[in-house]
Order: sequence, then C-alpha cells, then structure tokens
Amino acid sequence: MENLTIISIEGLKKHFSMSGGKFTALNGIDLEFRKGEFTGVVGPSGSGKTTLLNIIGSLDSPSEGKAIVLGQSIGDLNVKHAAMLRRSKLGFIFQSYNLLPVYTVFENVEFPLLLLRLDDEQRRKMVMDSLEWLGLIDKLKSKPAQLSGGECQRVAIARAMVKKPEIVLADEPTANLDAANSHHILKTMVQLNKEFGTTFIFATHDDKVIGYLSRKISLVDGKVTKDEIKNN
Amino acid sequence: MKLLFKLAAKNLIGAGLRTWLNVIVLSFSFLIIIWHKGLLDGWDRQAKNETISWETGGGQFWQASYDPYDPFSLTEAHTKIPSALDSLVSTGNIAPILITQGTIYPRGRIQSILIKGISSNQKLLKIPSSLFLKNNDEIPALIGRNTAADNGLKEGDLITLRWRDIHGTFDANNIKIIGIFDTDIPTVDMGQIWVPLDHLQKMMGMPGEATIIVLNKEAQGSIIAEGWKFKNNEVLLKSITDMIKMKSVGGLVLYIILLSLAMLAIFDTQVLSIFRRQKEIGTYIALGMTRTQVVGLFTIEGSLNSVLAGLLAALYGIPLLALQASKGLSMPGGSKGFGLAVADKIYPAYSLGLVVTTILLIMLTTTIVSYLPSRKIAKMKPTEALRGKIQ
Repeated sequence: MENLTIISIEGLKKHFSMSGGKFTALNGIDLEFRKGEFTGVVGPSGSGKTTLLNIIGSLDSPSEGKAIVLGQSIGDLNVKHAAMLRRSKLGFIFQSYNLLPVYTVFENVEFPLLLLRLDDEQRRKMVMDSLEWLGLIDKLKSKPAQLSGGECQRVAIARAMVKKPEIVLADEPTANLDAANSHHILKTMVQLNKEFGTTFIFATHDDKVIGYLSRKISLVDGKVTKDEIKNN
Repeated sequence: MKLLFKLAAKNLIGAGLRTWLNVIVLSFSFLIIIWHKGLLDGWDRQAKNETISWETGGGQFWQASYDPYDPFSLTEAHTKIPSALDSLVSTGNIAPILITQGTIYPRGRIQSILIKGISSNQKLLKIPSSLFLKNNDEIPALIGRNTAADNGLKEGDLITLRWRDIHGTFDANNIKIIGIFDTDIPTVDMGQIWVPLDHLQKMMGMPGEATIIVLNKEAQGSIIAEGWKFKNNEVLLKSITDMIKMKSVGGLVLYIILLSLAMLAIFDTQVLSIFRRQKEIGTYIALGMTRTQVVGLFTIEGSLNSVLAGLLAALYGIPLLALQASKGLSMPGGSKGFGLAVADKIYPAYSLGLVVTTILLIMLTTTIVSYLPSRKIAKMKPTEALRGKIQ
C-alpha cells in the first residue's frame, strides 16, 4: 500500500434541516484515507456512513469542516466540477445496483466511458476487459431485468471499475445479496484492489464485508469511535 | 449533445408502450392539423380560382354608382362602355355586364331576379355565353343549376320576364331557357338570369352601356376609364378570404384542443417519468453527468416523441393525405345553399410550408412541454434521488 493520502477530512460536520430543527448526521469527523486502502465505514443505521460516503463522492457537501478528495475541496466545488470529479476519478457501487434498466450489460458498463468521450474502439476494449474481470462476457446483451442480484452487482462493479477510478465508493454493496454472492463479489473487489491499487471505501454493517476489510472505521451518531487497521 | 441524443433515443425506445402511446396520439395531432389546414387551403384555392373563372376575372371596373349590396343603385349604375375598350370587347378579352332587376313567374309565383346581360362572344368568364350565338330565339337566357332547381325550370322552358326600362316603364316578354350551367359560385347562379348583352341593352333602352366590366389580367393595367371604379381581386375576393380566415380561427380551436391533448400526454409522461426514474437520475449524476445534462436528456427524450410521431404520421399520413388530395372530399348535399363557394368536392392542398410549419410548431411545443417538468431535476438532491426518496 502506498502512503499517499488521497482523502483528508477535518472537522467534518453535516446537518440536515428537519421540521423540528436540525439533525446532525456527521459531528466532527477527522480522517485520512491513503491510496489503495480497502476500508469500511461501519456502524448501525443512522450513524452517518452513507452521508460520509456521499460527501467523499461529491454528491453532497459539508455543512462545516473540510473534505479534500484527490486535492479538491468538496465544499468549494461547483456542480460542474463535482460532476467532473465523479466522472473521471470516482466509481460508485450501490446497494440496489442502480443499473440503467433499458441498457444492456455492455451499455451499462460503457456508460461512464461515453461521458469521458472515449472513442468507440477504446471503449469497447475497456468494457470487454472489465466484463472479463467480472466474468460477465456471456451476459453482454442481457438487460438488468434478465440478471440475478449477484450478476447485477457484478455489472455495477464492472461499471464502477471500467474507467479505472482512483476511488470506489460502495454503499452496502452486499445488502441485497446472499452469502455466496456476497463472498464472490467481495473477493472480486479485493482482487481489483490488489491488481489496480484502487482505493475502496465501503459503508456497511455486514459482517461478511467487515471480514475482508484492511481498515475498519466505526461510526456511531456521526462520530468516529474506532479506527482499526487490520493485518490480513 | 450528440451523446444526449443517443442516450435519449435509447431511453425512449426502451420505454416501449409508454413511448408508442404518446407517439400515436401525437401523430394523430400532426395529421389532423395538416389535414384540416390543407382542407381549408384547398377550399380557399378552389373557391378563389372558381370565383375568378366565373365572376371576377382579373379585376373589374364598376360603374361609379354601382353597389352590389344595394339593388336600388342599379337604376343609376349604367354608363357607356369606354370606347377605348371596343377592341377588347370585340375580341372577347373583356366582358361588359349590364345588370338590372326583374321579375319572373315560375309555376305561377312571382320571383324577383337579377337580369345580367353579358356579351355573347366573351371568352373571359366560364358563363357559357357562346350558346347565345347559336340561338335565334327572341330572348335566349341562361340560368344556373340552383336557380333552375329553385324555380322548377329546365332547358327549353319559356318563362315570362318583366323588367323596368330606363324610363321607368314596365315591360315584359317571354324568354327561353337555352342552357343551364353548373357552377360552384352561388353569386353567378342564385336568383339570376343571364341574357345577351345587346338584348338587355335594347330591352332597357341603354345601348352600348354596362354596369360592370370584367377585365382580364393583361388588360387591367392599360385601361383608364373615367366614371368607372377599378376593383382588383383583393377587393373582389375579400368575402372569400374573410370566410377562410374565419374558418381558420375555428380551425385554430381544433388545433389547440388536439395539441393540448397531445401535450398533456407528453407532460404527464414526463412528470411520471421523472418521478419514477429518480434513481436513474441519481445514477446519471453519480456517474458524472451534470444536472443540466440530465435536464437536457429528459427534454430531448420528450422532444423525440414528436420526431417519432412525425415519422409515424408520415408513414400512414402521406398515403392517406395524398389519396384524399387526388380523390377530393365530397361535401354534403345542400352545402350549395349556404351561399358560399363550395364545390361538390374539395381537394385539400398540402404545401411544403404547411407541413414544415406544423412540424416545427409541434416540435417546439413538445420541447417546451418536455422541458417544463424536467427543470425539477435541476433542483433534485442527487443523494435523495439515488434513494428514490423525492416526493
């Protein structure tokens, strides 16, 4: 693992206004993530895991404090620059896969490359490579509705990995999968992490995921309660 | 932009039945708007052409006192035909017409009638005045099909005609119906009898005089006639133009209703689509699309409905409209009695301008209607969209 800090979070707070006042989802987070980490943010529901991932992924902005991702301050990014950051450097994996329903497996995986305006040949090669890693070559022309949950999540991983992003943010990626599929997916992600040095950050409370992590950050009520490095 | 079009097309086709329902409704709108406008344009063109052929020619000189809406003006509305026109009259290139009031007695009833004397050798109007030349009867007369039907007259009938001459003396004689002509122009048919100009001039004691002079297009610029007012076709065809305009306004209501129905379908689909596809919208944003791009994507998706509708409308509409343009649309019996220039069959006229304008109008409206609900996307929080939580 390289010792290069790619995410730096200082005094991060996130408040949401609610009918009765405001709800604090993150309450003073200080964290650093280094390149190539396979990290999980774990904690019970409502602990702020997803909010933290959303801010790192520039889908949301901090109320207070700083979140520097790949040298860019999330709070200072405008909508366009945030989109550019997500487009070129970040990959997302969601609990419910979020595949585009009318697109085939190939087209779903190709989508991030279309946004990067890569040429046809380059796109095709990258998509095929990505699908090969994930063992989905025989499903190229299938639509999401024709796939099992495990296959859908593998497509989502292929889509997140196809552009070889610096960071992959995975929000409860195994929540909708059975144990066998969960292990299969996690092994694949570990392999990708090792092969490409991609930083993976998970939001999870699934013990199966926790077993694969190299670093486990525990979050309770918007605060980091424990930050453990594991030696696998 | 190219990417957005590509994605929008894929999404639209992928939406299946929902898309095709919208497209079918919109294609009906396309077709009915073009058909209705084409019908009015065809009617307009036919009515004008027929009126020019039967009545107005290339323009008219009116005797200064002549007022077609005041029958009493006819007593004064007669003047010598300018001698400068003699050569044109003799060659039949212009048609002087003398007009007076009279009475006929068909089936024992009194019927007021307009007596029109027209030169027998005129070639300008479709009134078959050349029939006068082949006839030796004392007063040969032509009437239109409607006048014949209204008065129970047929070819060869003798009928008493009474008139008042220039001195105010009543006179009467039998006239013979030598021909019944068929025209779509009620203003040369209803309540009118056509006789040879020289006969009427003699009957009225108005030798060489006329009430109006119908000109051909070439003649009108070269003639200056004192005591006569020139009326061009813009004035003479005004009633037809006004009527078509009025019809167009009525048609506009139909367009608005049709277009509103189609647009309502698009608007509803867009609203529903944005509501149902929140996760997809969130995914687009997470994958790196800007909100403006997503708004653009949904707007293009909506707009492409009108492109597909145009293609579908062309597929079944072109043969349908072409068939009707060649076969014509039969008008209901009795429409002649409306006093309008209505042919038995109307041949719709579909101009390129009409088709292009309609397509552009519908595409523009569809784009606006697609954009309005899509603006909501710009206000969506991607984190909530991803979870499909926006209400």
